[in-house]
Amino acid sequence: MRLTLNGEARDAVSAPMSRLLDVLREEFGLTGTKEGCGEGECGACTVLIDGAPVCSCLVPLAQVDGANVQTIEGLGDDHPLQHEFMNEVGAQCGICTPGMIMAALSLGENPTLDDIKVALAGNLCRCTGYAAIYRAIMKANAR
Amino acid sequence: MRTAISTLDVRSVATVQDAVAVMRDEARVPIAGATDLFVALNFGTLASRRFLDIWRIEELRRIAVNGDVLMIGALATYTDLIRSPVIAARLPMLAEASRLVGGPQIQNRGTIGGNIANASPAGDSLPVLAAVDATVVLRSAAGERRAAFNGFYTGYRESVRRADELIVAVEIPAVSGRQWFRKVGTRAAQAISKVVIAGVRDDRTVRIALGSVAPTVVRARRTEEALGAGASIDEAVQLLRDEIVPIDDIRSTAGYRRLVSGNLVRRFLTDTQ
Amino acid sequence: MTRWVGASVPRKDGIGKATGQARYADDLVFPGMLHGRTIRSTIPRGRVHSIRLDFDPAGFTTVDFRDIPGRNACDLIEQDQPFLVERDVRHVAEPILLLAHEDRERLLGANVEVQYDTEPPVFDPLVSTGVLKAIDILKGDVDAALATADLVVEGTYRTGHQEHVYIETNGVVAVPEENGVVVYGSLQCPFYVIKGLKSLLGANTHVRVVQTETGGGFGGKEEYPSMIAGHAALLALKSGRPVKIIYDRVEDMVATTKRHPSIVRHRTGVTRDGRLVAMDVEVVLDGGAYVTLSPVVLSRGCIHAAGPYRCENTRIRGRAMFTNTPPNGAFRGFGAPQTEFAVEVHLERIAEALSLDSVTLREINALVPGDTTATGQLMREDCSARLVLDEAVRRTDFRAKRESYRGTDRAVGLSLFYHGAGFTGGGERTLNSKARLDLTERGVRIAVGSTEIGQGTRTMHAQIVAETLGIPYEDIEVAQPDTAVVVDSGPTVASRTCMVVGKILEECALEMKARLGGMSPAAYHAKHGAFSVLKKYEPPDWVEWDEHSYRGDAYATFGWGCDVVELEIDRDTFEVRPIALTAVHEFGRPIHPALARGQIEGGTGQGLGYALLEHVVMRDGAMANAQLTNYVIPTSLDTPEFDVVMLENPYPGGPFGAKGLGELPMDGPAPAVVNALRALSLDVRQIPATPEQLAECDSL
Repeated sequence: MRLTLNGEARDAVSAPMSRLLDVLREEFGLTGTKEGCGEGECGACTVLIDGAPVCSCLVPLAQVDGANVQTIEGLGDDHPLQHEFMNEVGAQCGICTPGMIMAALSLGENPTLDDIKVALAGNLCRCTGYAAIYRAIMKANAR
Repeated sequence: MRTAISTLDVRSVATVQDAVAVMRDEARVPIAGATDLFVALNFGTLASRRFLDIWRIEELRRIAVNGDVLMIGALATYTDLIRSPVIAARLPMLAEASRLVGGPQIQNRGTIGGNIANASPAGDSLPVLAAVDATVVLRSAAGERRAAFNGFYTGYRESVRRADELIVAVEIPAVSGRQWFRKVGTRAAQAISKVVIAGVRDDRTVRIALGSVAPTVVRARRTEEALGAGASIDEAVQLLRDEIVPIDDIRSTAGYRRLVSGNLVRRFLTDTQ
Repeated sequence: MTRWVGASVPRKDGIGKATGQARYADDLVFPGMLHGRTIRSTIPRGRVHSIRLDFDPAGFTTVDFRDIPGRNACDLIEQDQPFLVERDVRHVAEPILLLAHEDRERLLGANVEVQYDTEPPVFDPLVSTGVLKAIDILKGDVDAALATADLVVEGTYRTGHQEHVYIETNGVVAVPEENGVVVYGSLQCPFYVIKGLKSLLGANTHVRVVQTETGGGFGGKEEYPSMIAGHAALLALKSGRPVKIIYDRVEDMVATTKRHPSIVRHRTGVTRDGRLVAMDVEVVLDGGAYVTLSPVVLSRGCIHAAGPYRCENTRIRGRAMFTNTPPNGAFRGFGAPQTEFAVEVHLERIAEALSLDSVTLREINALVPGDTTATGQLMREDCSARLVLDEAVRRTDFRAKRESYRGTDRAVGLSLFYHGAGFTGGGERTLNSKARLDLTERGVRIAVGSTEIGQGTRTMHAQIVAETLGIPYEDIEVAQPDTAVVVDSGPTVASRTCMVVGKILEECALEMKARLGGMSPAAYHAKHGAFSVLKKYEPPDWVEWDEHSYRGDAYATFGWGCDVVELEIDRDTFEVRPIALTAVHEFGRPIHPALARGQIEGGTGQGLGYALLEHVVMRDGAMANAQLTNYVIPTSLDTPEFDVVMLENPYPGGPFGAKGLGELPMDGPAPAVVNALRALSLDVRQIPATPEQLAECDSL
């Protein structure tokens, strides 16, 4: 399988029915994407495929042949969302944070609270009660 | 991930023609958004190990109107349905149902064809399709055929679809009157429905369809007939409660489903009076 | 005027959690690593008759109880729980056999046939005769006072299991080291794991434990990790290879600990004008199949069972009962959420019975300085029951709001609660916790066994040390909890990491400051070299506790809270939507306001799940809905807006006046929610208050 991974053309040699999550973590060593449930319920495994957030624990590798995949590593270490998640304590234990940030990338400037809640409805957090996550996103996306 | 990946086999196709040719020759389960695939494999409810990946078939993504008929390609995702101006204009309750499926990640991959093929009694789009008397369009190497959505399911997770047939589209005739939809899940998002209802009402007819209260999605025919014959709301609610067959399961109880289905049908009838 | 303490300074975690660089247990890879799997019992009670290994053994390492070099007993309060079944099975999912293999598919495909002789299991704690622990708290003469009370109100209240759902499941990697093994893992208490490993592996095996970045704990990684660490260590020692065991979500939910279910019965005598004169409370907890931490959960639950109220005649009788279910264990709140749920709903019912405003009832009876608790502890200036109650009532305009909602589908509900900080009674003295500060060429390093699990340990400790030493916060580093490097500061539990361990660090810093004599660490190090200050915790000397009579000062201090929740019910579907929640908490003072607020919002969110959504369905002694699809925790759309008020009442025994905070928020939401539902005329006495329950509920 050939895919574009964080902007680079890469070949994946894992079995075609491997979960994209496992291919990212094990074949490519990108462990920023996490497994929280393996059922598509928690969103900790969220990556972007062709710009759209999806649960990588549900996607067979065969279906990203030729696709554009972006993981948390592709964001670098200087994105406003990353800074504000730490500053505003949108991340406590941090295990849901990569998935949250990937899901939040779909939000534009000055999102309303409702926009944010809907965008994150597929991401579970057990630590924060979500409030600080909203504050982090509002701040990061404020213009 | 408990399922042995090495036992799973997949072929990918990019056209309907290729898909049906493969399905004529090999026993393969089509996979599209695959939002239930690994879940079903790990849970042990999916026995098959051979799959046909149809995610790339662009021709199945169209949403269009032909005359009076709204045609939705099988690979239209919930996100596509939410964003489509055509759906918003003609079948807003389908957009509403789509917004209540999972969260954005699931909406970006789950498809209407998958929802139909998966045949869960709790499928969120299915009462909508039942209430509007949709038609399922099937294609095989032998050609195309249409099957009425009401009657498509013959039992729990069983349908009239033959193993070599691919669901390519669902067609909806013009819907007259008001559309009403309500899903009761286990929580506000990312929830499997405990009761899900779609209703359509114009001056002359009422159509009511429910999910999660029987082995398949059902039309409340006796209730509809009684209303057509002048039954009161109270009588209709009583009939509705008698005609559904909900069960106790891990998420809810028969008693709750029966009670709430009746309450929501009452709400539907009152709202659309 | 403090510079770092009291400010929301940049956290010591860096940016790794937000870039994917932070390393959790499953992110670790070692050369030659094997994967481990646990074969578990499928019956709730009986004996193993035979085991048949039905797979090609090539490449497999297999471990059973005979491979245990030390004692097959997990060393906790008792030593009754084996690491591996020898013959007797006491619960479904009890570990019997361990397998390891390089190839995960081969590992998961290995077929093991276990034959059992089954026996009839006990699932009902009210029917069980196995008492894991009994506690009696007596004050005054309850029977006499009940006999002369104007009115006696009775009620029974129930709470179910609650599952932690830390988003990172339990996982460890055990790596053979010279003469022994090192275990890296997701855990709260590295020194508990050491204790467990020493028991399991014996004196000749050197053991070391390193905490990896941990994706949530909430108590679920307090005692359980000793078990999974022991398993991985056994496989690693037998195979000579690193072994990784990561539970998937289903295994984690089925096999590991949960919150103790409770049945609490109240009989309360009151005067016509609303004074509590007698409180008779019976607490029953379902402990599951082994003792684990049930004695201390029961203890804390019983001590809090009479609520933050004045009552001269109180009797609290508690029992933790054995059942053939997976053992229950630590979960944020640790017995208090259960018993404070009961007492707060009971208070509401007392108000209903007296036709008295329930806020007024609380105002009349809330503890004030000079009163004593059920254990006879004297409340002093750090008692803030009225402070938080009055502020919550004022801020939410509670009485007016309640009145305006009468007859509608909306309601407000209130709960008043408290939470003892630190270990009960003499517990902190027994723990003998230590902290160490090392002077290095870079600055100062904190070396404690306390773990960062999201609550902000690293940051908060660094703030305390920086402030005390008067050196920049940036010059403080925090050592990763590696038992070869840090000292045993006691477990990261019981809301003690700031108040207790932070206090030891403050003392260390004061001594270090004296020694530095005004020099900067760098200058001192250049001139004199490195040095360390090691201190142990000195509990306040006025704390007097009698473990036998269960009387005296149960905790050095308490945190106080009052929650007001506003919610709406859908009369067609009985779905409950929380609209807003005001949480007024007093916990001394916040060291890091944003982190403190995070504890309140997060704990409150978990409390709402406990109240409305989280239902563990047990069938034949095991969790039947062990998927996140079916055991539902709140999503963003289920969580209301939080209004958090942090009141200050500095506690002299804590660093810079801080008390404990982590668990307090868990005690309030469930009774506040149920009291709101009672205002909607629903006679709810049990949680989770699911729509199914509400649909069948009696009306008031």
